[in-house]
Amino acid sequence: MEYVADIVVTLKKSILDPQGDAVRSALKSMGYHGVQDVRIGKRIEVRLEAADEAGCTKTVDEICAKLLANTVVEAYDFSIREAPRG
Amino acid sequence: MKFGIVVFPGSNCDRDVQTAARAVGYDADFIWHTDTSIDGYDCLVLPGGFSYGDYLRTAAIARFSPVMESVARYAASGRTVIGICNGFQVLLESGLLPGAMLRNTSCKFVCRPQRIRVESTRTPFTRKFRMGQVITLPIAHGDGNYYADDATLAQMEMDGQVVFRYCDESGEPTPESNPNGSLNNIAGICNKAGNVLGMMPHPERAAERILGGAEGRSLFDSVAQWVQGGGRIA
Repeated sequence: MEYVADIVVTLKKSILDPQGDAVRSALKSMGYHGVQDVRIGKRIEVRLEAADEAGCTKTVDEICAKLLANTVVEAYDFSIREAPRG
Repeated sequence: MKFGIVVFPGSNCDRDVQTAARAVGYDADFIWHTDTSIDGYDCLVLPGGFSYGDYLRTAAIARFSPVMESVARYAASGRTVIGICNGFQVLLESGLLPGAMLRNTSCKFVCRPQRIRVESTRTPFTRKFRMGQVITLPIAHGDGNYYADDATLAQMEMDGQVVFRYCDESGEPTPESNPNGSLNNIAGICNKAGNVLGMMPHPERAAERILGGAEGRSLFDSVAQWVQGGGRIA
């Protein structure tokens, strides 16, 4: 089966995000006074072959922990779905 | 005395390290990132630059280069490894040193001479410096904001693993003299055994007076002296 994994990598909540802070203050100065906090991360889309959903989940979790996120400072989350045909 | 300089695609301080090592009087040659045989070198240097374009995250991809397994074995054998700037980031990503690098808190790339204080003279890399000596080395990085969790940081401080700290002219590690937001003003650290050093400042860019400073020379001399005295941590 071919799957698509949607992966989101963000800095852990305990880590300061200077880019997010800069965007937050830009939004405030644009008049969006309701904006409380901005956190910047990455979205990574991976298309992969796997025997089934469980196998796909295992592989994606592994590549996130090994390469896509540095778990000293980053957290990751993902969802998987069957790849659209064609 | 021969330094082995690991060259990744995107390294750009490799020749600077070679030129500096030669200026101080030592031999230095290159090791391509696909090489796995790294015999014949007395000290490995992972130079600065933008390995693999810094894609995904600084040093994230370089850490999986074929050469890195050999570098890890070399370090485990007690011989010396130095990571400078991007090379420091590679050592962090590969787990040869604790912690991680974050974007500078200013969100800016900082490129300037920077004062640092020598925090340990017990490492093979700092024997020729004086304890507490303040030296000026160039820094040039966008992701030099050193982070480790509280427990790791406390343990490192206790074990004397902080080798260099950003400081002001009187040697005080003040918030104003911290160029990137690094915890505890950390500019360089070593592993617990002391044979693996990572530092953001560039000693190789301060090895000849004509280039504005020569205080980086002592680092090369320290390693050479260490190697000539046996050069291995048990």
